Amino acid sequence: MKHKSALRAAFPHTIPVMLGYLFLGAAFGILLNSKGYGWGWAVLMSVFIYAGSMQFVAIGLLSGPFLPLQAALMTLMVNARHTFYGISMLEKFKSMGRKKPYMVFSLTDETFSLLCSARAPEGVDENRFRLWVSFLDQIYWIVGSAAGGLIGSLVSFNTKGIDFVMTALFTVIFLEQWENNRNHIPALVGLGGSVLCLAEFGPGNFILPSMVLIVAILSLFRKASEKEETV
Amino acid sequence: MTMTSGQALILIFLIALMTLFTRALPFLLFPQGKETPAFVRYLGKVLPCAVMGMLIIYCLKGVSVFSAPYGAPELISVAAVILLHKWKHSTLLSIGGGTLLYMFFIQFVFI
Repeated sequence: MKHKSALRAAFPHTIPVMLGYLFLGAAFGILLNSKGYGWGWAVLMSVFIYAGSMQFVAIGLLSGPFLPLQAALMTLMVNARHTFYGISMLEKFKSMGRKKPYMVFSLTDETFSLLCSARAPEGVDENRFRLWVSFLDQIYWIVGSAAGGLIGSLVSFNTKGIDFVMTALFTVIFLEQWENNRNHIPALVGLGGSVLCLAEFGPGNFILPSMVLIVAILSLFRKASEKEETV
Repeated sequence: MTMTSGQALILIFLIALMTLFTRALPFLLFPQGKETPAFVRYLGKVLPCAVMGMLIIYCLKGVSVFSAPYGAPELISVAAVILLHKWKHSTLLSIGGGTLLYMFFIQFVFI
């Protein structure tokens, strides 16, 4: 079975995301439940929206007055960074055929980071491997949010700080990319540009300016990096 | 619930649609059949490294470095992740170790 070998190869890569998504998903389900929306709503949102931080924002939108335009605009702002991911996946998804729409739909922060770094082992179909990475991640998120909605506030141990799993995951992938690339300018521009914009615009509004700044600076370095490649 | 189920469904539908839009936009702008502009291909190559830096900052955006504990739990834990990873190159050890350390810090040390 080709799918079985792809699944077996993909699973170990997804374990960090599994831990993060089960706990964050559960936190989402619990919080949504506390606003009067049971586990069915949590599953509905995790199946069709499938965007971690936006779903937390959505809890607020769903427990206030009915403001559809504001909800739509807010989503664009919060999720604008996802457009970055698509640009980096244009080439990778080219050969994915019928799998491509799902790959585009399910391109979360964490799945993107795994797709950037994880490689299918010898003999395993790269496209099937990527599909399983994406699909497993969403399953974890759905299961986590359903469980959170079901157990409500019955959590018996202190999970405070578990969301650091995501910070750690991004740090590890950052390191691996650092070691695999001779050109460290993009990584430094990403860190530095975001820190600058965070200081200037504050935690609520810094992602969009960061994206603009990062693209602007990287475009200045384009000639230099292309020269290096031909050497 | 402060609204009807129908209104909640409309909001969820809108949020899902807009989320999909942000993810699909590059694929709509640069369809497969056509040559992708060289500049966009360049961005596709350099953005993963830059975005990973941005995501780390995004995760740490709530940390206040100007008041106690001055971001110490986060900074020490990130440093631990880096050292663990440099040492063993085991993704699970680096992530697990860093996270447990962070949970210990904010539950028992920097309360």
